[in-house]
Amino acid sequence: MPVISYIDAVTQALMEEMKRDPRVFVLGEDVGVRGGVFRATAGLIEEFGADRVLDTPLTESAIAGVSIGAAAYGLRPVAEMQFADFIMPAVNQIISEAAKIRYRSNGDWQCPLVIRAPYGGGVHGALYHSQSVEKIFTGVPGLKIVMPSTPYDVKGLLKAAIRDEDPVLFFEHKRCYRLIKGEVPVEDYTVPIGKADVKREGTDVTVISYGLTLHFALQAAEQLAQEGISVHVLDLRTLVPLDKEAILEAVAKTGKVLIVHEDNKTGGFGGEVASIIAEEAFFELDAPIKRLCGPDVPAMPYSPPLEKEFMLNPDKIATAIRELAEF
Amino acid sequence: MATDIKMPQLGESVVEGTIAKWLKQPGDRVEKYEPICEVSTDKVNAEVPSTFDGVMVEIIAQEGETVEVGQLICRIETEGEGAVESKSAAASAGSVAPAAQETPKAKADTAGDNSNKHRYSPAVLRLSQEHGIDLTQLQGTGKGGRITRKDVLKAIEQGGTQPAVATAAQVPVPEAPVAPATPAAAPAREAVTASTTPAAPAKTGVVLENGDREIPVTGVRKTIAQRMVQSKHEAPHAWTMMEVDVTGLVALRNRLKHEFKQREGVNLTFMPFFIKAVVDSLKEFPQLNSVWDGDRIILKKDINISIAVATDDALYVPVIHNADEKSILGLTKAVNQLAEKTRAGKLELKDMQGGTFTVNNTGSFGSVLSAPIINAPQAAILSFESIVKRPVVFGDNMFAVRDMMNICMSLDHRILDGLMAGRFLKRVKERLEAYGPDSQI
Amino acid sequence: MSELNHKELGLSDEQVLEMYRTMLLARKIDERMWKLNRAGKIPFVISCQGQEAIQVGAAFALDREKDWLCPYYRDLGMVLTFGQSAKDQMLSAFAKAEDPNSGGRQMPGHYGDKRFRILTGSSPVTTQVLHAVGIAYAGKLEKKDHVVLTTCGEGSSNQGDWHEACNFAGVHNLPVIFMVENNKYAISVPLDKQVAGGEIWKRAEGYGFPGVRVDGNNPLEVYKAMKEAVERARRGDGPTLIEAVAYRLVPHSSDDDDRTYRSREEVEEAKKKDSLLQFKDYLLQHGVLTEEKEQALLAEINREVDEATDYAEQAPYPDPQETYKHVYA
Repeated sequence: MPVISYIDAVTQALMEEMKRDPRVFVLGEDVGVRGGVFRATAGLIEEFGADRVLDTPLTESAIAGVSIGAAAYGLRPVAEMQFADFIMPAVNQIISEAAKIRYRSNGDWQCPLVIRAPYGGGVHGALYHSQSVEKIFTGVPGLKIVMPSTPYDVKGLLKAAIRDEDPVLFFEHKRCYRLIKGEVPVEDYTVPIGKADVKREGTDVTVISYGLTLHFALQAAEQLAQEGISVHVLDLRTLVPLDKEAILEAVAKTGKVLIVHEDNKTGGFGGEVASIIAEEAFFELDAPIKRLCGPDVPAMPYSPPLEKEFMLNPDKIATAIRELAEF
Repeated sequence: MATDIKMPQLGESVVEGTIAKWLKQPGDRVEKYEPICEVSTDKVNAEVPSTFDGVMVEIIAQEGETVEVGQLICRIETEGEGAVESKSAAASAGSVAPAAQETPKAKADTAGDNSNKHRYSPAVLRLSQEHGIDLTQLQGTGKGGRITRKDVLKAIEQGGTQPAVATAAQVPVPEAPVAPATPAAAPAREAVTASTTPAAPAKTGVVLENGDREIPVTGVRKTIAQRMVQSKHEAPHAWTMMEVDVTGLVALRNRLKHEFKQREGVNLTFMPFFIKAVVDSLKEFPQLNSVWDGDRIILKKDINISIAVATDDALYVPVIHNADEKSILGLTKAVNQLAEKTRAGKLELKDMQGGTFTVNNTGSFGSVLSAPIINAPQAAILSFESIVKRPVVFGDNMFAVRDMMNICMSLDHRILDGLMAGRFLKRVKERLEAYGPDSQI
Repeated sequence: MSELNHKELGLSDEQVLEMYRTMLLARKIDERMWKLNRAGKIPFVISCQGQEAIQVGAAFALDREKDWLCPYYRDLGMVLTFGQSAKDQMLSAFAKAEDPNSGGRQMPGHYGDKRFRILTGSSPVTTQVLHAVGIAYAGKLEKKDHVVLTTCGEGSSNQGDWHEACNFAGVHNLPVIFMVENNKYAISVPLDKQVAGGEIWKRAEGYGFPGVRVDGNNPLEVYKAMKEAVERARRGDGPTLIEAVAYRLVPHSSDDDDRTYRSREEVEEAKKKDSLLQFKDYLLQHGVLTEEKEQALLAEINREVDEATDYAEQAPYPDPQETYKHVYA
């Protein structure tokens, strides 16, 4: 299998889905001639022309709203928010419209839309190019929220998202774009939305994570294996709909749970995961559920020591795992 | 001095760059902000400038080579002041390299700390209950001696725990001749611990036949079973019996019983006489009033007699504390009180604790011979059998009809040898035979 | 009424009579809903009264077989023209299971009906304007020649989405028509405090397409402007902005009391220009309508509204378990 980068997996998925289905088109700021500021849509305009690889005006609400109209009509728009931080003007369209179209019309209308957005920090992006925004949407039924961590999952899940009948927010960690590489099959495949994935088997502590921090957790697990601590790592991959079964299974493996995400702790998705575990796996627990998250500050600062302080890393995660292992 | 120049990060998300062309060669002078090479990345193509004056000394990354952000690409010999500070200024994007290793805090020394030994997590409680694991017997490997889920899983894998020594709950005991089980000299902490959970007993593979009935073994029954097994298994039982001529005692009781009943309102039985004989003999032989504690034998100061009291569905072993301070009347009242409390189900924890020797009135249901099981960790148990009239050789070559009774004792051979036990038993016998129709009580 | 003649616009007597009938039906349904609300039978009404000429005149200019609507909550006349019935409205008002808009999930006035290409709408204003642009863009991609009409109030024309939509459609020259139904009030705030300059139609110039203002009390004038906009769009010449000026004859909704912010005299004055009165006069003058025909028409409409009310009142509510359906496919 060829080894490709996380962002190449995005591009390949778009390319293949646009070839497969003429209803698929991409739109966003700089997605056309420039091929995206991160180059995720590179090569698409040459292949499919400017109408299907649409450079929009600098208007996030319009990108979402126009996509919703086209999706309701019957097309398969894949919209790009240049940075997840800039999704805010589109939140009304996403939450009031996309999430509710099927429900409010009693199933008469649908909104098969994908909104891709690069999120996350560790790239010197400062406050407005580093945010994790998933918690704004995870409490909004009607939306699906996908946050893959590996090239294989990116490609399979993006294809699944494009083929899905409901609106999907597809958050791509921008630090992973060129850092994370992995094997991806040449043949067409999808990864089902709503299924978590065990990325490492272990018996002492269970780590539940997604995105960049999942990789940090895997690195920490590798480090701890040498100390005799066996770490089980579950990659949620999809936050909504959530794979509760997989979470409960992973909890039962060790009875000790560390939930890790870059989004800040208060109101972060880890709270939801922890609640489910407390409600449904109480008698599996051998230690208090622990969360390791971004700090509760408004956003990630620019200055390197401040950014480093905000960001999680394998050592911070290893320390937290060690504490649980010793408990 | 030569300063390392590293691949800068040219744009967010970029992790590597390709040297497209070197604009300076070794030996060339380089001025501050003068481009030294062209780098292409996924996102941008850019000229990389020097950040200080100097002379190019060495090119590390060749044209066409792809280099990770933060990796060395060339060296420049810097001049004069500022060289040192330039060194860190060069390619500041090097800071995107993985976060510096943070040495994990040294593990706190928790050896000997047992502060969490009895903090059980939900998983530990559930597993211990499902598999009959006695948590008090496990050694915790968690923080503060906490018993972890893994500790329990390990115990399950190794076949569970052994039953605990003794508990203080009202433990029904099987009918004699099996010894009742009460806490003897167990430390107070153990004494208030809830009853242990027995390990699941092994099945023997009995095949049910037509008409057979199955009775599930309840927790109480399991406890009894387990404790009897434990006592039999751990304490090497020795057994001895003596015949006692209680003709005088019988006559005494017959003389006193009506008056006693009228005066005291309770029946005068033989039991107080038995207890009194035991208590007085224990004073002579304190080794009999002792418990086994692994590497030591503890001689108990107080003489607390465990007695068996039957109810319809169980047998209890309440304790007469400081029995040596009581007269026959006092013992009668104590026995009656405990019997009533037992039948009314009003026994309290204190009534059940602290026995040092067990007296068992097996004669009450007609037994003439029994081999009781020791009420561990006590040293011995004594059964008083039925009083029966028998012809015996009496005096010089005379036959006589006498009231005879067997007394049977099981003893823990770790604590006692036959000689000591025999002497003790003999003193009990002598004391009972010393009673006559006119004895004062 | 202006001197426009329906025949010169290509409209037959039957067509203008049908326009009048639809306007009258919208008015009578609306009036009935107020009565039901005041009788405590339905919780909420939001009204079309005063804007029937705009809605019916505009909808008649579209191709009701292929064009699309992204309406707002007052467009009762428009959805009736596109195919919805009095019964549909009453089922929605009573929030019954059969409500074609939402199965009883949404408030009345939140239209949506795939049968007639009426996109489902919400309560946050102006979101639908962007959806209309999306449908227009989809038509372009699919090489279809449909036109999309989207409407909103003059207050909503201040929303960012409205401007983003106009700009997007202007940049990509899309077959979408933006119509602002200027009824002079956004709840309590009058036009002069809502719209700088007071002339919405002029905003089109900034987006590079034509803007026009029409008398919203004259269905023929609305029809004429809309007809031209539709032809432009269908030709591929891009969007048009139409500002249709009328007056909201009733409070904002059943929960509003307009006496707190406007005088009765002002409202009475506006009622004299009621499009229903003006259009009836026009039809009488042109011999399309007679008083007898008018009476017969009224009787027929009243019967239709009565039947719709009775049907909807007796229709079953949705099963409580319906709450959990249609969250995802």
